[in-house]
Amino acid sequence: MTTPISIVLFSGTDDKLHAAATLVAGASAMGRPVNLLLQFWAVDAFRSDRIGQPRGLATDAGASAAEARAALPWAETFRMAKELGEVQVRACSASLDFLGIPVTDLDAVVDGACGVAAFFADAEEGPITFI
Amino acid sequence: MDALATPELAAIVADKVIDARGAACPGPLLDAKKSMAAVPVGGVIELWSTDTVTKSDAAAWATKVGHGFLGYAEADGYDRVFVRRGK
Repeated sequence: MTTPISIVLFSGTDDKLHAAATLVAGASAMGRPVNLLLQFWAVDAFRSDRIGQPRGLATDAGASAAEARAALPWAETFRMAKELGEVQVRACSASLDFLGIPVTDLDAVVDGACGVAAFFADAEEGPITFI
Repeated sequence: MDALATPELAAIVADKVIDARGAACPGPLLDAKKSMAAVPVGGVIELWSTDTVTKSDAAAWATKVGHGFLGYAEADGYDRVFVRRGK
């Protein structure tokens, strides 16, 4: 079995969500399993009543970049990546608790909640990227 | 599989043409992967893309997952990328 690529997605701004979605989709298309853990603001971004709504850019985005792209369709990219490959998306249970979000409030692209030990177990010996 | 020369590519009649023009990476690649399921093994998809990296991405993808990258032809402002389904 191919070693998965694991990504901890912490950020909740459109640019970083989009960058993560691009990497996940690319890895998935290449036949690499993807193990994705949502933490903090990324969990909020995947709430079913908010997913797809504009979330702005990171503070390190320059002013000129701010309005460069009106819509970054990261949610759709995640859905397609999952449809086309082996992509596991789980929300960090501690982040759900901290933010007061029930896992049932998250979009269907999220498979469920997990703890960090389960995430690391599924990461095996593969690389882990933090976004 | 070796890439074909342009005249040979021009002679290919694809089983499925995918118009992904205007989409950014990885959109065209995802469209290609999705469409590949709709052609028989040995069939060819023709992917249209304005993203200049699609041809190299498609070659990497095809090689990795067991399809055949046949090559690409430049059209008016976009690339026509040909991939044969290998499995």
